[in-house]
Amino acid sequence: MSFPLLTATAVLPAIGAVATAAVPAARRTAAKWLALLFSLATLAFAVAILVRFDPDGDRYQLTESHSWIKEFGVRYDLGVDGIAVALIALTAVLIPFIILAGWHDADPLETGSKRWRPTQGFFALILAVEAMVILSFEATDVFLFYIFFEAMLIPMYFLIGGFGDRAHEHGEEVASTQRSYAAVKFLLYNLVGGLIMLAAVIGLYVVAGSFSLPEIAEARANGSLDMVTSTERWLFLGFFFAFAVKAPLWPLHTWLPNAMGEATAPVAVLITAVVDKVGTFAMLRFCLGLFPEASKWATPAVLVLALISIIYGALLAVGQRDIKRLVAYASISHFGFIIMGIFAMTSQGQSGATLYMVNHGISTAALMLVAGFLISRRGSRLIADYGGVQKVAPVLAGTFLIGGLATLSLPGLAPFVSEFLVLVGTYASYPVVGIIATFGIVLAALYTLVLYQRTMTGPVKPEVSAMPDLRVRELAVVAPLVVLLIFLGVYPKPVTDIVNPAVEQTMSDVQKKDPQPEVEAAK
Amino acid sequence: MNPVNYIYLAALLFTIGATGVLIRRNAIVVFMCVELMLNACNLSLVAFSRMHGNLDGQIIAFFTMVVAAAEVVVGLAIIVSLFRSRHSASVDDASLMKL
Amino acid sequence: MENLIALLIAAPLLGAAVLLCGGRRLDAVGHWIGTVLAAVSFVFGAILFVDLLGKDAEHRTLTQHLFSWIPVEGFQADVAFRLDQLSMTFVLLITGVGSLIHLYSVGYMEHDERRRRFFGYLNLFLAAMLLLVLADNYLLLYVGWEGVGLASYLLIGFWQHKPSAATAAKKAFLVNRVGDMGLSIAIMIMFTTFGTFAFGPLLGTHEEPGLVGETSEGTLTAIGLMLLLAACGKSAQVPLQSWLGDAMEGPTPVSALIHAATMVTAGVYLIVRSGAIFNAAPDAQLLVTIVGAVTLLFGAIVGCAKDDIKKALAGSTMSQIGYMVLAAGLGPIGYVFAIMHLVTHGFFKAGLFLGAGSVMHGMNDEVDMRKYGGLRKYMPVTFITFGLGYLAIIGFPGLSGFFSKDKIIEAAFAKGGTEGWILGGCALLGAAITAYYMTRVMVLTFFGEKRWQPDEHGHEPHPHESPSSMTIPMILLAFGSVFAGGLFSVGDRFLHWLEPITGHDHGDAPISAATVTASTVAVMVIGVTAAYLQYGRRPVPVVAPRGSLLTRAARRDLLQDDFNHVVLVRGGEHLTRSLVYIDHTLVDGVVNGTAASVGGLSGRLRKLQNGFARSYAVSMFGGAALLVAATLLMRAV
Repeated sequence: MSFPLLTATAVLPAIGAVATAAVPAARRTAAKWLALLFSLATLAFAVAILVRFDPDGDRYQLTESHSWIKEFGVRYDLGVDGIAVALIALTAVLIPFIILAGWHDADPLETGSKRWRPTQGFFALILAVEAMVILSFEATDVFLFYIFFEAMLIPMYFLIGGFGDRAHEHGEEVASTQRSYAAVKFLLYNLVGGLIMLAAVIGLYVVAGSFSLPEIAEARANGSLDMVTSTERWLFLGFFFAFAVKAPLWPLHTWLPNAMGEATAPVAVLITAVVDKVGTFAMLRFCLGLFPEASKWATPAVLVLALISIIYGALLAVGQRDIKRLVAYASISHFGFIIMGIFAMTSQGQSGATLYMVNHGISTAALMLVAGFLISRRGSRLIADYGGVQKVAPVLAGTFLIGGLATLSLPGLAPFVSEFLVLVGTYASYPVVGIIATFGIVLAALYTLVLYQRTMTGPVKPEVSAMPDLRVRELAVVAPLVVLLIFLGVYPKPVTDIVNPAVEQTMSDVQKKDPQPEVEAAK
Repeated sequence: MNPVNYIYLAALLFTIGATGVLIRRNAIVVFMCVELMLNACNLSLVAFSRMHGNLDGQIIAFFTMVVAAAEVVVGLAIIVSLFRSRHSASVDDASLMKL
Repeated sequence: MENLIALLIAAPLLGAAVLLCGGRRLDAVGHWIGTVLAAVSFVFGAILFVDLLGKDAEHRTLTQHLFSWIPVEGFQADVAFRLDQLSMTFVLLITGVGSLIHLYSVGYMEHDERRRRFFGYLNLFLAAMLLLVLADNYLLLYVGWEGVGLASYLLIGFWQHKPSAATAAKKAFLVNRVGDMGLSIAIMIMFTTFGTFAFGPLLGTHEEPGLVGETSEGTLTAIGLMLLLAACGKSAQVPLQSWLGDAMEGPTPVSALIHAATMVTAGVYLIVRSGAIFNAAPDAQLLVTIVGAVTLLFGAIVGCAKDDIKKALAGSTMSQIGYMVLAAGLGPIGYVFAIMHLVTHGFFKAGLFLGAGSVMHGMNDEVDMRKYGGLRKYMPVTFITFGLGYLAIIGFPGLSGFFSKDKIIEAAFAKGGTEGWILGGCALLGAAITAYYMTRVMVLTFFGEKRWQPDEHGHEPHPHESPSSMTIPMILLAFGSVFAGGLFSVGDRFLHWLEPITGHDHGDAPISAATVTASTVAVMVIGVTAAYLQYGRRPVPVVAPRGSLLTRAARRDLLQDDFNHVVLVRGGEHLTRSLVYIDHTLVDGVVNGTAASVGGLSGRLRKLQNGFARSYAVSMFGGAALLVAATLLMRAV
C-alpha cells in the first residue's frame, strides 16, 4: 500500500493543533514556533501532492478508500482533482503567513485587563481549521465532506469570538459584545446552511443509495441513475444554499462584514481566503458534479445573484468607514465574480473562477494583513483616523498599494488573469451579464483608491506621525505574497496547467460545450 | 359479578387520584393520590386479565406494585428531605428549577 | 535581432525594479541608473530601426514570442511582441523623448528627497508604454494600457502630501478605468466573435485580410465603439477628458512625457492599430471623427481661458490629440498624418512643457501666467526653445507643426461631402484658436512688463536660467520641433515608411492643397494678431477679470467637471450611502428579524416552564386526554 499522502497532509496540522495546545502556558513562544513548524511541514506535504499529481492522469488521484460506517455506506474516501490540488496548495501556503502575521495577536493583554487570551489556543485553532479545510477539499464522499464542512465552524467560532484587535475605539466592553455578536452570527448562518445541506445529503442517499461522489456522477452520466427533475432541483437547492451562505452570495452575505470586521486580520484572512473557498469549491465539485441538469436550470438565477453581489458588494465597499469591513465587502464582490465564472459554464469561466479562488486568496491576504499591521499600529479600524501614512511608513504604504492594486485587478498582477477569464467566459455565453459585470472593475478602482487616498496620502495626521514602518517579521509575511501576486500575474501557466483538465471534466459533467467563435460557427 | 363494574371502580379511583394530584398542595397527599392512580391501574389490569382470560395483566400488576414500592422509597425520601430543608411540604414552594 | 525587442522593455523594467526595491542606498545614484537605462532602451530602439531600414518595405515586421501567458481551453493569450513600422515609430518617440526627459528630471527634481522613486516610476512608465506599443495582441496591449495608467497615477500623485495631487491622481485612474472597461469589452467581443485577439490573424495584412472581414458590420461597429471609449479615456477626449487638466498636479517632466508626448497618444495608436476594424465600420469611424473634432475645439477653448501655464498647455494637448483622433477617424486618408502629427507634437509639446517647467523652476513654482511677464531677458535659452515650440504648434510655415497639421486639415476636407466641409471647417477654426491661445501664453510669459510680486513670505522670485541638464533636452527637442516635420514631409518619407502598415488613400479633395495651406496660414495669422492685440498692446491685469460667460465656463473646463460632480460624485455618494443603510436595515434586518421572532417565541414558550409541579401535571393530563380522544376519534372514523 502506498503512503496515504492526502490523509497525512490533513492529519499533520491536526497533530500540530493538539501539540500546540498541549504546550504549557508559560512557553508561549515555543507554542508559536511549533505551530509555524507544523504549518510549514504541511506546506511541504502539499508540495508533495503537487509533485505527485499528474494533471493529465485520472480525474481523482492519490485516492484512499476505507469503509467507515457500513450501515449507511459512508466511506472514508479521499481523492484530489486539479481544482482541489490548487486550493490545497493555496491553503497550505497561506496558513504559515497567517500564523506569522498573527504572531502577537493572541499575546496576553497588559496587566490589569481581565480578558484571558489563550495564546496556544489561537494557533491550535488555526491549525485545526487548516486540517478540516484540507480534508473537505480532499473528501470525495459526500457525507465525509459534510462532516468537515460543518466541523470547521467550531474552531472558527472560537477564533472570531475569542480574539479581537488589541485596541478598540469603543473600549473592551463594546468590542467584546460586538465580537460575540459576530461570532454567533457567523455560526448561526452557517449552521442553518449546513442543516439544509444535511437534509439534502440524506435525500441524496435515499435517491442514489450511495454517498460516493464519483459513483453517483458516473451513474448519472451513463444514465443508470435517473433523478426526477423536481427531486434533483430540490437537492441542488439544498446543497447550493449551504455553499451560498459560506461563499457568501448576496443576500446571504451579511455575516461576513461582521465576522471580518471583528476578528483579527489574520483570522479575517483565514475566513475569506481559506474557509470561504470551500463554499465556491463545493459549488464546482458537488453542485455541478451531482446535479448537472438542476445546475443548468438554476444558472440564470444564480448569475443574477452573482451579478448583484459584484455590483452591490463594490458599492457598499465604497461606502464603508471601516478598513476591514471595506475589504469584506470587496470580497463579497469578488465572490460574485467567482460564482459567476462557475455558472457561466464555459471553460474560460470555470478555469477563471478556479484561478480566481487562488488569486483572491493571495491578494486579500496581502491587502488584509497589511491593513492589520496598520491597524495594530494605530489601534483603530476607522479610515478617517489615518492620513499621510505614506510619508512616515513608505514600505507599508507601498505594499498596501500593491495589495490594493491586486484587489482592483491591475493587469500584471495575478487577479487580473482570473477576472478577465471570468469576464470573457461569461460574456461568451451571457453577453449582457458579462458587460454589466465589467462595471465592477471601475467600482473596484473606486473603493481601492479612495481607501488608499484617505489612509496613505495627504498631510500626516499627528496620531500617525510616529508610526514605525514594517518590521522584519511583517515584511517576511508581505514580501512573498507580493512576489506570488506578480509571478502568477505574469506566468499563471503552472496553475492553469493543473486546473484546466479538471475544468474540462466538470464541463463534461454538465455536458456543456464552449460556444464556438462566431466566425468559426459561420463556416 | 360483571367484571365491567371493576373497570368502573378503577376509573372512579383514577379520577379521584388525578383530581387530588391536580388540586392538592401537600406533597404527601399528592403522593398518596399518585399511589391511588397506580392502584386504579392495577385494578383495571387485573380486571382485564380476568375478562380476557389470560394472565398477562396480573403479571404486569405485580410489576407495577414493585415499581410503586420503589417509587415510594425514593419519593418519601425526597419529601422528607424537602420538608427538612424548607419546613413545608407544599409542592408549589418547590419551584426553584424553573428557568 | 528579434530578441532585442524584449530587451527594449526589460531595460526600463529592470530600472524600475532596482530603483523601487533598492532602498535609500541608491538615493545618490538612482537618477543616473534610471536615465542610463532609458538611454539603453533608446539605443536598442535605434539598432532595431537601422535593422528595419535595411529590409524591404513589405517585410519590416519582426515578431518575438516569449511564452504562453494564459493558456486555457479555447483561449490563447501569449506574451509576444510585434515590431513593425508603426510600433517602431512609437518606440523611437517614447525612448527618445523619454530619455531626454529623464535627463531633464535629474536637474528638475534635484531638491526632492524622493527623487530615486520618481525615476523608478518614470522607468516603470517607459516599460509599460513600450509594452503597450509592442504587444502582439490586444490583451497584452491591455496590460501596457493599464500599466501606463498606473505609472500615470503614481506620478500625478507623486507629491502625495498635497491632497489636490492625490485627488487628481485618483481621478485620472478612475476616468481611465471607464475607458479600460471599453477596451476589455472590446476584447471580449473579439474573443467571442473571432476566437482570438492577436493582431496577426485578426487584422491581417495588405495581402491577406484578417478575420475582421468575416463578420457583420454591426459587430465591428460595436468593437469600434468600445475601442473608441478606451481611446477617449486614455487620450483625454470628450467626454472623458476631465482628468487631464487636473493631472497637471504632477511634476512638470511628468506632464511633458506622459500627459503630452506619449501616454495620452496611446488612444491614437489604438485606433490606428485597429484600422482594419474601423475601416469596415463606417459608423464607428464617423463617431471617431466627431469626437476628434469636438475635442479639438473643446481643448482649444479651454486653453484660451486658463491662466495656469500648465493647464493652458494641457488644454492645448487635448486639442492637438483631437486633431490626431480626427485624422485617425478619417481612415486610410488620415492614419499616416495622425501618426505624423503625433510625433511632431511629441517634440514640440514636450519642449513646451519642459520650457514651462523651466519657467516655474526659476519663478519659485509659480504657475499663474499673469504673474510672469518679460521673462525673455532672464531666461534666454528657455525663451528661444519655447518660442520655437510655439512657432511649431501654431503651424508657422516650415516648422514641424505646419507640415503635420496642414496635412490633417487637408485630409479632413478630402473626406468629401458635407462631413468633409464640417470637419475641415472645425480643423481650420481649431488652428485659428490654437494660434490665439499659444500667442497668449507666449506674450503673457515672455513679453511685456514684469508682473511678479513677493509671495506671502516676502520672497521675491529671482528668475534665472535653468541648469544645463535641463536646457540640453529643451534644445534637442527644439531641434525636433523645427526640423522633424520637414524631414518627414520632404519626399513623403513618413508616408512611405508607414504606408505598408496603415495603408493610404488620397481621398478626393474638393479644394486644392494649396488653398488649404493658404487658408491655414491665414487663420493662423488672424489668431496671432488677435491675441497680440488683446495681450501684447495693453497692460495685463495681475488678477484675472471676470470675463464673459464663455470665458468663465472655459475656466471651469466648460462645466464638465461640475456636471460630473453633481451627477456622478453626488449621485454616487447618495447611492452608496443609501445602500449601506439598506444593507443594514433591510438585508440584515430580515435575518435579524427572523432571529428576533424566534427569540420572542421561545421567550413566550419559556413561560410554560413555571416550576409548579401541578401545572406540569395538568399539561400531562391534558396531553393524555388528547391522546385518548384522538385514539377514540380514529376508532370512530
